[in-house]
Order: sequence, then C-alpha cells, then structure tokens
Amino acid sequence: MKKLIANREIEVNEEGYLVDFQQWDKEICECIADECNVVMSEKHWEVVEYLQDKHKSEEPLSIRGIKRSGVINIKEFYNLFPGGPLKVSTKIAGIPKPKSCI
Amino acid sequence: MNTQTETLESTKQGTKVKKMLFILSKATIENVYAAFVMANGARMEGIDSEIFFTFFGLEAIQKKKLEHLHTATVGNPAMHIPTMLGGLPGMEAFATKMMKKEMEKLDMPTVTEFLEILSDSGCKLWGCKLAVDMFHLKEEDLIDDLDGILTIGDFYNRADSENTQILFI
Repeated sequence: MKKLIANREIEVNEEGYLVDFQQWDKEICECIADECNVVMSEKHWEVVEYLQDKHKSEEPLSIRGIKRSGVINIKEFYNLFPGGPLKVSTKIAGIPKPKSCI
Repeated sequence: MNTQTETLESTKQGTKVKKMLFILSKATIENVYAAFVMANGARMEGIDSEIFFTFFGLEAIQKKKLEHLHTATVGNPAMHIPTMLGGLPGMEAFATKMMKKEMEKLDMPTVTEFLEILSDSGCKLWGCKLAVDMFHLKEEDLIDDLDGILTIGDFYNRADSENTQILFI
C-alpha cells in the first residue's frame, strides 16, 4: 500500500515498513522516526547505517548481534529506540522487520 | 453498529499485554530457554518483563551451575528413546550436547550471555527467598545482575498493574 511520507508517495507494508529500500533517504527516515517518537541524533544515524549494512550483506539481525556490533550496547539501544528497539530501528532504517525470535 | 465497532476497538486497546511476569521453577535447558526467549521477546516488543527464579529454576542464576544445565532424557517422551536407555550413563550429556549444538546454529546465546542481554534490556531478575533459604544459597552464589531476592508476595505486588500476565514454567 501507498503512504504519504515527507509529501511523497512511498510503498509500505501493512505495518508501515518500506517495501522498496530505493525509496529510502534521510528525509523519509526522519519522518518515520518522528512517527515513532524518535529524534535522530548522531548515534541514531550510526545504528541505522549499521542495520542497513547488515541488511545489505543479508546477515540476520538479532539483539545478540547488536550486543556484538561494537556500534552500540543493548542498554543504549533500548534508550534510543523505545517501544521495541529492533522493531522501531529497522522501520526507521527502511529495511524489513526482523523475523527472528531472539 | 457504530457502538459495536467502538466497543471492539476499546477492547482491543484494553487487552494489549503491557507486562509479562515469569516464574521459572525448572532447570532443564528447554525450560530455562523458554523463559528467557519469552522474557526477551517481550522486551523486544516494548512489553515489560520480569523473571522470578524459584526452586530448581535457581540453578539458572547460580554462577557455578548456570553453564551446566541439562536436558532430561528420562521421563521425557519427546526424546523418543526408551526410558531405560535414557538412564544410561552419558545419555543426558549426549542429548545436552546435541541440543546445544542445534541452538548455536540458531545463534542462541549461552545462559551467561542471555542473562546479560535480559538484564541490559531492562528485564528484572529476581530470586525466590524461600528457595534461596532452602538451598542455603548466599548472595555471592548468585549472578551479579540479579535485581534482588523477593518473597512471592513481593512478586505479586509487582503484578499490581493493568494488563499484566503471570506465567509459571
């Protein structure tokens, strides 16, 4: 389905995740972040970049991966993306919601 | 019709789980991981979670024991081996090894690492006072990340909010 984000028609799934990563850019990112009550800081961008890299190399995302990432620790991760950190951060990063249970 | 839809909406809003409390009373790998995966899964969904370790569940937070948990091969019909065979020396160790290998493939953290993840994620970890006394355990026997030792009454008080669920494992 289509959703108006930053005055552009963006293709998203029923949970609001971007379907086509090509449509993602910083402006779109900030708008989705705003919807998730997140104000992007330098650390947020760093995490978003990390998530996108992992997605590109087709490595599954998990909280254990975050712990070992060297980019951010779990406590900080929860603070930066409240209300389900991996769920929220992947949405902001424009990549699919992780399917893992851990 | 309108009122019906509204009622449905408000019910939907009103029943969303906000807090999950787990009571872990067993120390077999599958039970410990069930509690850990569910408690962590709750945090990942933005749901509060806490674990109360009681009786044999305490093994999962004892520094010396937590990395030596086993799976049961006797009295476990899902093993699909005769009970007598399950009791042979080395069977339990073998089954445990196999299970750990499979879990590693799924990128499951070890017990130590899982406890760290849970604690860092804001999941509260509690020891049961009665069981701690019964097994003559001291604070230094238990993990440093433990949030405290509670009576069951204290634990129930932590359930004193809307949309809280308690699960016994």
